[in-house]
This record gives sequence, C-alpha cells and structure tokens, in this order.
Amino acid sequence: MQSTLALDIAHLLAGGIVLVSFMMLYQDRLFALLNMFTLHALVLAASVAWQAYIQGAKHLYVTAAIALLFKAIIIPLALHRMIVKLGVHRDIETAVGVGQTMVAGMGLVALSMALMFNVTSEADPLVREDLAFALSVVLLGLLIMVTRRNAVSQIVGFMSLENGLVLAATGAKGMPLVVEISVAFSVLVAFIVIGAFLFRIRERFDSVDVGALDEFRGDRR
Amino acid sequence: MNAAALQLYCIVAFLALAALSVAAAFRPRASAGLYIANAVVAATAFAFSFAALFKGGDPALVHLPIGIPWLGAHFRIDALSSFFLSVINFGAATASLFAVGYGRREPEPSRILPFYPAFLAGMNLVLIADDAFTFLVSWEFMSLTSFALVIAHHHERENRRAAFVYLTMACFGTLSLLFVFGLLAGADGGYVFNDIRSRDLGAGLGGAVMLLALLGAGSKAGLAPVHVWLPLAHPAAPSHVSALMSGVMTKVAVYAFIRIAFDLVGISDWSIAAPVMLIGGATAVLGILHALMERDIKRLLAYSTIENIGVIFAMLGFAMAFQANGMAVQAALAFVAALFHVANHSIFKGLLFFGAGSMLNATGVRDIEQMGGLIHRMRKLAPLFLVGCVAISALPPLNGFASEWLAFQAVLQSPDLPQLGLKILSPMVGALLALAAALAAACFVRLYGVAFLGRPRSDHAIEAHDPDGWSLGVIGLMAALCVIFGIVPGIVLDALAPVATLMLGTPLAVQSGNDWLSVIPVNATQSSYNPLLLFFFIALSSFLAASVSRLTASHDYRRSPAWACGFEPAGAQTQYSGASFSQPIRNTLGRIAFRAAETVDMPPPGDQQPARFTLRLRDLVWDAIYGRIASVINAISDKLNALQFLTIRRYLSLVFATLVLMLLGLAAWS
Amino acid sequence: MVLAERFLFQGFQMLLVLALAPLLTGIVRKLKARLTRRRGASIFQPYRDLFRLMRKEAVIADNASWIFRSAPYLIFAATWVAAALTPTFRTGLMFSWSADLIVIVALLGSARFFLALAGMDVGTAFGGIGSSREMMIAAFAEPAMLLAVFTVALVAGSTELSNVAAFMRSDAVGLRVSLALAMFALIMVAIAENARIPVDNPATHLELTMVHEAMVLEYSGRHLAMIEFASFLKLLLYVSLIGAVFVPWGLAEDGAGAMRNALGVLLYLGKLIAAACLLALFETATAKMRVFRVPDYLGAALMLGFLGALLLFAGGRF
Repeated sequence: MQSTLALDIAHLLAGGIVLVSFMMLYQDRLFALLNMFTLHALVLAASVAWQAYIQGAKHLYVTAAIALLFKAIIIPLALHRMIVKLGVHRDIETAVGVGQTMVAGMGLVALSMALMFNVTSEADPLVREDLAFALSVVLLGLLIMVTRRNAVSQIVGFMSLENGLVLAATGAKGMPLVVEISVAFSVLVAFIVIGAFLFRIRERFDSVDVGALDEFRGDRR
Repeated sequence: MNAAALQLYCIVAFLALAALSVAAAFRPRASAGLYIANAVVAATAFAFSFAALFKGGDPALVHLPIGIPWLGAHFRIDALSSFFLSVINFGAATASLFAVGYGRREPEPSRILPFYPAFLAGMNLVLIADDAFTFLVSWEFMSLTSFALVIAHHHERENRRAAFVYLTMACFGTLSLLFVFGLLAGADGGYVFNDIRSRDLGAGLGGAVMLLALLGAGSKAGLAPVHVWLPLAHPAAPSHVSALMSGVMTKVAVYAFIRIAFDLVGISDWSIAAPVMLIGGATAVLGILHALMERDIKRLLAYSTIENIGVIFAMLGFAMAFQANGMAVQAALAFVAALFHVANHSIFKGLLFFGAGSMLNATGVRDIEQMGGLIHRMRKLAPLFLVGCVAISALPPLNGFASEWLAFQAVLQSPDLPQLGLKILSPMVGALLALAAALAAACFVRLYGVAFLGRPRSDHAIEAHDPDGWSLGVIGLMAALCVIFGIVPGIVLDALAPVATLMLGTPLAVQSGNDWLSVIPVNATQSSYNPLLLFFFIALSSFLAASVSRLTASHDYRRSPAWACGFEPAGAQTQYSGASFSQPIRNTLGRIAFRAAETVDMPPPGDQQPARFTLRLRDLVWDAIYGRIASVINAISDKLNALQFLTIRRYLSLVFATLVLMLLGLAAWS
Repeated sequence: MVLAERFLFQGFQMLLVLALAPLLTGIVRKLKARLTRRRGASIFQPYRDLFRLMRKEAVIADNASWIFRSAPYLIFAATWVAAALTPTFRTGLMFSWSADLIVIVALLGSARFFLALAGMDVGTAFGGIGSSREMMIAAFAEPAMLLAVFTVALVAGSTELSNVAAFMRSDAVGLRVSLALAMFALIMVAIAENARIPVDNPATHLELTMVHEAMVLEYSGRHLAMIEFASFLKLLLYVSLIGAVFVPWGLAEDGAGAMRNALGVLLYLGKLIAAACLLALFETATAKMRVFRVPDYLGAALMLGFLGALLLFAGGRF
C-alpha cells in the first residue's frame, strides 16, 4: 500500500529535522538561529503534511498548517521584532563552546537511538526510528536551552523541543487533533508569557543574559 | 633441537655478553665490538624465530629444573611468540648495529653496555615464558634492566625523575600482572600456562582478569591513563635504547595482553572489548596531541608511540568484539591489522629514533626549535627520515597506511555486531582513529618542517653533518622495509596467518595468491587495495609530469631571496616555529585536551619593554590522577611522620599491638 | 577484449580529467565574475595560464631544497592518480580496484603532506602559516571525510568506488537519511579541502588571510603550473566523487556500448557545469569566515558524518 519511496521521504524529512536541530546548535548569531528555527518549523510542517498524505489522516494537515503558521511565520517574526526592540547584543553568549555542544548533541542522539531500540524492540522499525528522531529533537532542544545564556535563544530551544513532540505525535499515528491544538496553544501561551517576562527582565537588569538573574538571587541570599 | 631451546641459547648468549661487558666496558673501543656481538646474537635469534614462524607446527617446549622447586621453569614457542620474537630481535639487531656507530660518542659506556644485552635477554625471556612464575620474573627483569638504562645518564635531574616515575609505574604494572596470574592460577596454584588454559574462569572473574591485564600490560605499553612514565623514560635513555623501548618493549606489553586475553583466558564476553576499544582510541588521540605540542624530538617520538599503541589496542578491542560474537573472519582481520601495525610501528619508530639520535649527535640539542635546515647539512639522513615520517603519518603507499587501511576495513565490518553498545562505539572509535591519523600527519609535517626544512634556527644546526655509515646503513635498511612492507603487504599478512589461526582459530584469507599482489581482506567486491600498482602509478605519473615539463617547459631557473613583502629578508627567527605551527590545533583541540591558555602581554606604545607571550598547557591526566594520588600519599606520610618521634616504650607497644592483632587475625581465620 | 577495452577507457579517463580540470575552474571563475557584474576572463583562461607558467622561468628561493623542487610533481601525480581512479563517466575502470575510497582520501592526504612540507621549506613566515593552517584544516576534514566514506561504504556494502556508484544507481538505494547526512558532510569537506569560500579564498592575494595561496607563495614557473594543475584536478575529483556517489545517473556501466559511453561523457559534462554553477552561486553568496571559525565548521561536518555513520551502525533502514 505505502510505497518504500513514500516511507523513505517521511524518514528523510524526520531526519532533516534532526539535522536542522544540529544546525541550530552550530549557530552563534541570534538572527541566524532564528532563520534556522524557521527552517526547523518548515521541515516539520512538510514532514507532518507528508505523514498526513501517506497515512490519509486529514487532521494532520491541520497540524501541519498550525506548525507552518505559528512556528514558521508568527513566532519567528515576533522574536525578530523582540530582538530588535530589546536591542539585544546579537552574538549568542554560549555557556559551552560550539564543539563541545555538538559532541554532547551527538551523545544525545546516540542515547535516544539506544533507548528507542531497546524499549520498543517489537514495534515497526520505521516507527521506531521516527521515534528515535523525535526524541533526539527533544533532547537537542533541551541542550540548546542548557548551553545558551541568552533568554531569546532559550525560547528558540524550547520551541524546537516542542517541534520534537509534534514529530513524535505524528509518527505515532493517532494523537487526537484536540490534543495537538491544545499543545500548540499552550506553547503559544508559554511563548507570550516568556516574552512578557523577557521585557520585565530586561527592564530590571538591562540584559537578557540569564546570568544576571543568578546574580540577583545571589544578592538576596 | 627445538625452537625454544635455540632461543634459550640465544638468551644465554645475551647474558654472557652482559657479563663480558661488565669486564670489557672500561676499555675504550670495546663498545663497537660488543655491539656487533649483540647484533650477531640478535640476528641469530631473529633467524631462529622467523624460521619457527614460517615452519609452523606444534609449539616447542622446554622444561628446565630451575626456579621454584616444584614448578621449574617452562618455556614454549608457538606462532604468537615467534612473531613477537621476530619483531623484537629484528629491532634489537638494528638497534645494536646503529649503536656500533652511535655508541662511540657515549660518555659512560660502562653504564649502558652491561645492561643492554641483559635487557634484550629479558625481553626474549618474557616472550618464551610458559608459566606464571617465569613470566613475572622475566617481566620484572626486563623492567629493571630497562630502568638501569633509563637512569644511565643520572647526572641530569630530569632523567632521575623519569627513572623514578618509571620504576613506580613498572612496579604498579607488575603488581597488576601478579594479581592477574594469582586469579588465573586459582587456589590450587596451577601456574603453568597449560593448566591455566584448561581452567574455566567464568564471566565475572574473566572480566576482572582482563581489566587487570589491561592495566598491567597497558602500563608497560603506554595506554592512557597509565602512560605518564613513557614520555619521560624513553627519551632519557640513549637513542638506540629509546628506539628499543619505544619500538620494541611496548610490543612485549602488547604480547602480554594478547597472551593473557586471547590465549590464557579466551574471548567469550564482548563487554570487555568495549573498554579496550575506547581506551585505545582515546589513547591514540591523546598521544598524538601531546606529540604535537612537544618540542623535544625524543619526547615527541615517545608520545607518538603512545598513539600507535592506542591504534594497536583499539584493533585488538575490535578483534575481541568480533571474536566474542563468533565472527571469526572479521576478528582475524582486526587481529591481523593489529599485528601488522605492531611490525610496522617497530620499523618506522626504530628508524625515527635512530634518526633522532643522529640529529642529537650532529647538533647536540634535542629541541627541534634549535634545529632547522638540516636537509642541507644532513643530506643523506634527510630523505630516509622523510620516509619514516611519511610511513608513520599513515600515507600511501608506505606501510603505516597499509595497516591503517586494514584497521578501517575492520571498523567497517562492525555494523554486523549484535550489541547496540558496540555498534555505537565502533564508528566513534573509527572517528578517533581517523582523527589520530590526520593529527599524526600534522605532527610529522611539523617535525620534519621545523627540524629539516627552513633555515637553521640556531648555531647548533649550522654545524650539523651526516651520521656515520653504520647508522646510515641501518636507517636505510629500515626505510627500505617501510617501502617494501608498504607496497607488498600481502606477503607480511600471510606470514601472520599462523598467529591468527592459533589465537582465533581462523586466519585471514591468503593474500599472496591475489592478482597483482592486491590485498583483499574479506572479498573483492567489498574492498581491495593494491599498493604495488598505486606505487607504480604514482611513479609513472610523476615521471610523466616531470618529463613533459622537461621537454616542453622552460628549463630556466634563478635563485633569489625569499619574498618578504618587498623588504630585506628577515632573520631565521622569523620563520614559523614548532610552537606557532601547532597553534591552530592548540587553540582548538588543545583547549579541550590541555586547557591551553595563551596570554599576550603587550606593552603600551612607546614603552621599551618587550612584549611577552606565555603559554600554559596542563596535563589533565597527571593533575587528575597522579597529582591527587601523590598528594594523598604525602598527606598520609605526613601523618605517619609522627611515628618517627616516639619513645621506646611506645615503639614497643606498637610492635606488641601489631603482633597481638596478627595473632587475633590468625585465630579468627582458622 | 574486455580487458583491452577497460584499459582503453582507463587511459581515456586519465586524459579526460586532465583536459577538463582547467575548464571546470575556468567556468567557476567566469560565473563568479558574471555574478558580481564583471565580465571575467574567458573560461579557457586557466589553460592559457598553465601554458604561460610552463614557459616562464622559475624563481627559486635561495634556501629551497630538493623537496621544494620535487614536491610539485609528486603532488600533481598523487592528485592525478586519485582523479583517474574516481569514476567520471563510467564505472568498471581498469584499475579501480587498486584503490578504494579510503585510499583516495589518503592519496590526497599524501599530496597535502608534501605541499605542507614545501610550504615550510623556504623558511618564511608565509609558508609556515599556510602549512600550519592547512594541516589544522586537514586534521578536522579528514576524519569528517572518512566518516562520510564509512556511511557511503556501509550503504553500498563496498568501499570501492565503481561498486559504490553501481549500487547507488540501482533501485535498492532509496532515500536514506544517512546518505543525506553523508552528502552534506562531504560537500562541506569538499569546500574546505579545495580552499573555497568560506574556508579560504582562492582569489585573494592578501597573504595573511589565506591558507592555500600562502603555502604556494614561493612557487613560480613550471612548479607553480604543476601545483595549480593539481588544485584544478582536486576540484574536479571532488565534483566527480560527489557526482558518482550521490548523482550517479548517466554513468555508463561496464561493458556498455559506445553510444552509452558518449552519453555518459555528455552527462558528466552536464554535472560539471551544474556543480560549477552551484559552487559559483554559493561562493558569491557567502562571506569568508575567520580561520578560527573553521574548526567549528569542519567540526559540524565531522558531526554530520558521524551522525550518518551512527545511524547506519545502529542498524535499521536509515
């Protein structure tokens, strides 16, 4: 029924998202990071749409549209504006060097492979590999959040993490649309909240470097 | 007379030479004769062992009633021993020949000459020992004689420290091996290797034995993190001994590991393969990174030995992984790659150490930053040394690449391994090996470029001259071997077949029957390599290019000063130095491996002060492990120091308390 | 008969790569010029340059040794052999079994080894800086390349390029994530190895910002011609390699007829032109990066290659 080629393309797109996650790890400029994030969301949208096509699941098209609209257009634009408005220094201050981060990323991908292969040994190999990809995207998103000191890039990391969740959901065939929409909206809400916080942080500390927060806490102790 | 007996006679001859040397060493001019005698004995031993390797057949046994009364001393030569005996005695013969010329400049021959044959005897004894007791005694004999050679030039403070560290680490290694054989022999005390082979250890004990063997043999071979003595001790000895220690003695340690892991215990469990692979890969990268930072030529070569040992152990790890999963053909590939690299490394490392010794003699310095331009002054040595550099950098068509290529082929077989952990580990180790090979090329471009090329960097380099004929002859022989092993590796691989059969049960496919002498490790569609043809192609096309340019191009050439942006050519000090050459790698990988930190202290404009550049490298292994251990020991000894100032009554009560405690222990035990 | 035919094709390919290599560089230069609204020299200019250089007198620095004078020929020979063993328009070359992908990578390594030595030979700071940076780039690029090679070899079940290309053309391949990763890694490495923007600028003559040009600064006349030719060949080799592995369509198989082979040559030319367009576009659109960004860049290539290999080693249909 499903040709190998169709599955291969699905696979390739899922792998592409991992690849873009790595490219995000590699960036050291905020705007470049945003562009990469846009690409991330685009590939995600394409991947979800392709899944919708090969699974014949109409509701997945909605998910793809949501991903395209919010994550590939609205959020990057908003973040772009935010960076300009905040006047943030455009270099990302990485807490850990790019090289080490990428090695760590590699380790995380290996870990998620090992995990998925051991836990879901009976499942269909393709689904299994898709899940492994999704888990890697989530972990890489977390890694971006951990290794970047700038709050804006932490948001981007968080968003890419969420993309991984969507990827997992589409691969698993059968997450209801309601859940997806609610996840999408909760992310949007989270985004708005974090955005609002950013402005507050910036007002107080003249910086969006989260290191400033640590110092603040240290003072009170 | 069997092979083991012949080898024993050679060992007796070495020991006799050692005794003779004690008497003769004080005479001037005795040294050349003694070294020639050493070379003759070593060459004879080499011929015997080589013949034994080719002849094959059952292992040769000898039992002598010496040593522990109920045990005696067992000796045995099988294919594995005879391969390593060949490597070692070849190295010994060349080193002795090199020393005929080199040894003339030795200020205190009496400190070296007696220990040198004893050291050779010790190494030979380890390889033919067939019971735990003989093995350990020979191992310790080898360690002690080499220690004596390391401390030969004891006037230098550095050498004394090197020897001390070496002795400590050697004791540690022997201790680990002691435990290994203790565990292997079990409560019944079957110390003969044959009894050990027939014992079934079980997985847990087997794993423990393997780890201890890795620690014990690894500390002699130079595996990280027990490598710290090696870059200190190898350079401290005179160059021919350094060549032996680096090129040959480390191979004895590899032998010990193979003997224990593959033969005595037997490979049944894959989990032990993982640490061997990983430690091997990490050692390779760490070793060559250290070498890249080094400016003392002999230490640089010693660090590069660590790299090669890492490669060998990584391959042994692959062989263990394949063998544990019953993949015999692949195991044979990895195992043979390791053995081939053992042979290759002993050749080019010998060559490079001999070259380094000649350079040291010619310039009087070991620091490459004070050499430079030697290609114009050591005209005969320069091309031979270049062969060694190309070979060790794993570049085709020389021998270093042949074994590296086999190693990569073995890595490519590993997706068939069933264990996920090994699957993830093996591309990682493959990447580490590739990184090590690329860094080795950088390291030896740096060594050759700084020492031989450019302009003389100091007055020492200006007066350099070619070494004597003996040295050049030996170095030339080894360079020729690098080329021959490189372009017809199939012959060497076939010679290794009995060893693989003995250890793994399956040899690599026979190579010498292949068309055009290609190397085909598994099957022809998968991969093949024909260095002979490649060599021929490169020779042909460079000849073509050169003759086309000779026929059609202009023949004119003109000498002129080098381009200096239109200014007068600047002094030799403005050349790129070794430190600046390694700066890009220091700033990237060095930041991680050594926490490299550079500070530039630039005075403000108008200030007459010179600008200063300081570089700080930390040896993280030393700091993290040895520094801590040392400080703990110091702390304990500070506390115990108080015991030195007690009254007699207290001393007596201490003795008394100890006695009572021991008696109590005895009572509780029985 | 088959043997003779293969032999003939091998010889033809050796000449073909020689003939086409300067053209490829010429096209790239021309396109780059047009993209920056310059007219640019003719696409045949590299040939003229080579002929001119051959006829010119060579100026050799006072201190140069035999390494300096023999290295250009060795570099040229190693690169030529490597290029001749990479399938261009057909698989099943006479000697393709004598060197597999790993050997080809290592052959280029040998060429680089001698080039770096030649850079150090004269004893100026320029040569040293070039050599040192080249070896740093190589130290990162070579493992990345080998990992990409591992990936390709594991998918195809062979390290031999002819077999790899034959496999890649068959239907058994499909789309593979690991191959996509390997391709990215290989392209990144190819850019670095050929001293293209963003790693190095082939057009600059500002000594301090360059790598490859700094190493060959002292060369002139016929020696420079050899080195230039080798660098043209190297570019061609990488394009052929990526073409043979990732876009293998149109490669004539062993024993195909004359028409099929002619078509293969035509398609190969098409691939070269396409590659030249992409390269020119990419080079015009990007800026050169700082030298100490290069390890990050190549580290990324290394990671991609490793990721590809990891996926394959982990098993499954990646």
